[in-house]
Amino acid sequence: MSADTTAAKTDDVTLYDVDNPAPVIEAPRKRTKKTPKATRGNFEMYGWLFMRLSGIVLVVLVLGHLLIQLVLDGGVSKIGFAFVAGRWASPWWQAWDLVMLWLAMLHGANGLRTIINDYAERDNTRFWLKMLLYTATVFTVLLGTLVIFTFDPNIR
Amino acid sequence: MPAGTLYRGREGMWSWVAHRVTGVLIFFFLFVHVLDTALVRVSPEAYDEVVATYKTPLVALLEYGLVAAILFHALNGLRVVAVDFWSKGARYQKQMLWTVMAVWFVLMVGALYPVLGHAVREVFGS
Ligand code: HEM
Ligand code: HEM
Repeated sequence: MSADTTAAKTDDVTLYDVDNPAPVIEAPRKRTKKTPKATRGNFEMYGWLFMRLSGIVLVVLVLGHLLIQLVLDGGVSKIGFAFVAGRWASPWWQAWDLVMLWLAMLHGANGLRTIINDYAERDNTRFWLKMLLYTATVFTVLLGTLVIFTFDPNIR
Repeated sequence: MPAGTLYRGREGMWSWVAHRVTGVLIFFFLFVHVLDTALVRVSPEAYDEVVATYKTPLVALLEYGLVAAILFHALNGLRVVAVDFWSKGARYQKQMLWTVMAVWFVLMVGALYPVLGHAVREVFGS
């Protein structure tokens, strides 16, 4: 800085008055007329909300599932084709498994999407990792749904 | 650590790291789990054969690890919800984390016998 830099001689003078109002400074991120209408929407906010709502429901569904499969009635030892046939004879447990499948897969996939966005810094890497994630997610959800709806206890 | 990162150690960061790691682990398990369950559409024998591996002592240990991961993720997930939605959540986040760990510990002790009992009996005879 050069030595002769002097503060603008405005310190003691009032620059603005009723007839000369100071320029308005918008609050950061305020929506104004100039903000484009087509922003990216609220997708991330709904994603954030979905993680929390689905998480609360999953506590019941997944911990209940683990209790049934690993603790009650002899734990893992009882599991087999006949056991699954008995459970999926009931629409209640079919619905339980179906909702658990969809919520857990969407919750997990959305979580992994966040993680990919965080760590994959190259655009290309990020794109392909997400394509892999979406493909695996759609495949798993469809396969699991198909299995619940087409289960046949008399397959043999 | 990348510059400008938000978290600087202590309980808040480590619980976040653990939440992340357990979330990824559960997701990968679920992927495999839907595949093995799909074997009920192949044949009862194919399904029973694969499920038999779930009953071996080594896999029982993995199941105990899965239970540990899910219990932590579930309890800490509820804590995250409380931090975000409860007006005093952020102030009590540390106390809530210790509550989570205490409940987790009690449930893990409770899960010892149901999840690992059969494995112990198989390895050491009964
Ligand atoms: C080692 C622990 C587990 C065992 C032994 C186990 C066992 C089973 C069994 C026997 C079934 C067949 C249907 C039924 O009986 O309900 C099943 C289905 C299912 N399980 Fe698990 N489970 C375990 C952990 C989990 C976890 C942690 C999740 C969620 C994250 C989960 C999600 C599901 C889903 C979504 C289905 C339905 C699959 C489909 O639609 O084909 N399971 N599980
Ligand atoms: C058992 C009940 C569950 C609860 C209460 C729960 C809760 C949560 C919450 C609140 C978040 C958001 C964290 C944040 O935004 O910082 C989250 C993230 C996540 N969850 Fe869950 N969750 C549960 C089950 C699951 C299951 C079954 C899976 C896997 C299929 C899973 C995988 C993930 C992943 C990958 C993330 C992202 C982690 C991150 O961004 O750091 N969660 N969970």
